[in-house]
Amino acid sequence: MVEDVIRVEGLSKTFNHSLKAVDHISFSVKQGEIFGFLGPNGAGKTTTINMLITILKPTEGKATILGSDIANESNEVRSSIGLVPQEYTADDDLTGIENILLCADLYGIPREVSKKRALELLQLVELIEFKDKKVQTYSGGMRRRLELACGLVNRPKVLFLDEPTLGLDVQTRTATWNYIKTLKNEYGMTLFMTTHYLEEADSLCDRIAIIDHGKIIVIGTPTELKDSLGGDIITLSIQKDTDITSLIQKITHVKEVKKENGGYVIKSENGEVTAPLIIEALRKNGHVVTRLSLTKPTLNEVYLQYTGKSMRDAADESREAGMAQRMMVRRAAH
Amino acid sequence: MTHTNGNSRNVLHGLWALTNRELKKWYKAPAVFILTLIQPVIWLGLLGNALNLGSLVGSSSFMVPPQLITNLQLTPNQIAGLQTFFGGLGDTILQSTFGTTSYISFMAVGMIAFTALFTTMFSGMSVVWDRRLGFLNKVLSTPVSRAVIILSKVFSATLRSMFQASIILLIAIPLGFKVGLAFTPLSILGIYAFLFLICVGLSSLFIAINIRSTRIETPMAVMNLLNLPLTFASSAFFPIDRMPPWLQAVANINPLSYTINGMRQLLINDTIDFSALALQYAYVGIFAAVLTTIGIVLSWRYLNK
Repeated sequence: MVEDVIRVEGLSKTFNHSLKAVDHISFSVKQGEIFGFLGPNGAGKTTTINMLITILKPTEGKATILGSDIANESNEVRSSIGLVPQEYTADDDLTGIENILLCADLYGIPREVSKKRALELLQLVELIEFKDKKVQTYSGGMRRRLELACGLVNRPKVLFLDEPTLGLDVQTRTATWNYIKTLKNEYGMTLFMTTHYLEEADSLCDRIAIIDHGKIIVIGTPTELKDSLGGDIITLSIQKDTDITSLIQKITHVKEVKKENGGYVIKSENGEVTAPLIIEALRKNGHVVTRLSLTKPTLNEVYLQYTGKSMRDAADESREAGMAQRMMVRRAAH
Repeated sequence: MTHTNGNSRNVLHGLWALTNRELKKWYKAPAVFILTLIQPVIWLGLLGNALNLGSLVGSSSFMVPPQLITNLQLTPNQIAGLQTFFGGLGDTILQSTFGTTSYISFMAVGMIAFTALFTTMFSGMSVVWDRRLGFLNKVLSTPVSRAVIILSKVFSATLRSMFQASIILLIAIPLGFKVGLAFTPLSILGIYAFLFLICVGLSSLFIAINIRSTRIETPMAVMNLLNLPLTFASSAFFPIDRMPPWLQAVANINPLSYTINGMRQLLINDTIDFSALALQYAYVGIFAAVLTTIGIVLSWRYLNK
């Protein structure tokens, strides 16, 4: 049975009576899904997460998690969710296991249970040999894994991940995602995440919502979103300078043909299948194809299409801002 | 699939865990721990000796002027007699001013309160830190009660202050600290009761002030603004009845004064005025209760983002 684990209806947050951070968004997340929230800086991603994890009161609208209302039944919500925040929240002066046990205590989990769980989680995220080392000796990737373990100590049914791989190098990011996927399968959780990394969202998320200026612009599976752009793009050139537009248009799957710079740009579904058909048709009519390329649209193009900005610019901007802020905080802390 | 955490939660669950976290951050960081031990030593040594008001009128500081000796042709016996008389007079002045002839004893008690004030001020700062580092958000997303988050900070500051107070007293003994005639081992408990109340009140106050702030500059500014006025407009280093009237008025509503006066009665005075002591406990107790209530009420409303 597939049920809606998260259901959001017309959720809004207005700051200081004027700034609409989140503007009447509605969506639902199904049991066992990985749901991704994509959007540029200030789009309302974190505000949405903060409302869902009950630390920010919505101005309008309603949201339930596992049937419990986030505003009126916040304690029920809090017991059933886990959070992996953007920041490294583990205490530098405490050891890895002490940090996990602290998290467990916040959920009121008895020590006999939490000790066993902590060891099991440390095993899963491969920190078991560092469990008695102070967190200040951990690397960035290790800290991330520790955050992950902390977020899972109450066996949440829904795990919220706010930019879980921010600032990590490519290998560590991949490794972190492998942990997340393992843990998700192990515990059968539903995941709600925000990320700036489009490739990550593409390969991991079952469904994606693109949010900008506090509004959800589009929701769908990565494939649906990419298909909504009109499919794959085939560019080709032929030897002779004759117009073949009408010829190509007759081929199945082809949606649109445009002549550009002496070549043809063809939008088509199932590009892999269409391309050979086009070559075949052209050969039968005596044309010789000199060059052909096939591009599959990426989420970046989807993103660009829907927000009018390149995700990469937005991501770089926000990553830098995030890093700068973190560095300032760290420096001040020492 | 059923959702069981095996949690047996009560309203105060997580209180000890969060308090212990703060305490661990303190005693597990050797530098911080040693500094908090050294700080009272420096203060006691510095203020207790450099500002030793007792030496101004104490018996050792009185000298019969040579002119007087030649003019009145005093015999050595008479000189010694005068010296004893005026020396004794000095001690009487000290006794009536400070309630003890040993200024370092007077001072040490003030020092305890001063340290308590200082330590509790940092609890305001730790709220801001937790907010900035994202730890507060993390805790807020768990079923821990908001009041518990505040109370854990209050209790950790209180426990730290009580520990520091003990260190100050231990250090003051070799520096010449003398207990009064009214001192009994039970007085120690009384001291800790005073300290507990004032620290709970003060840390609630500083947390309440900083509950919304996201900048670390705010608690620092608050600390700088309140620290010295609160200390010097109290009986910490100087008796209130020797202050100018306007300062007396301030000192007389300062809860630190009541704490210090109460602790002096228990520790260094020769007699205890029990009705005054009851008033002192009541005043500090009400201060603690009111401020804690304010802190908890504010935490319900304002601790969230």
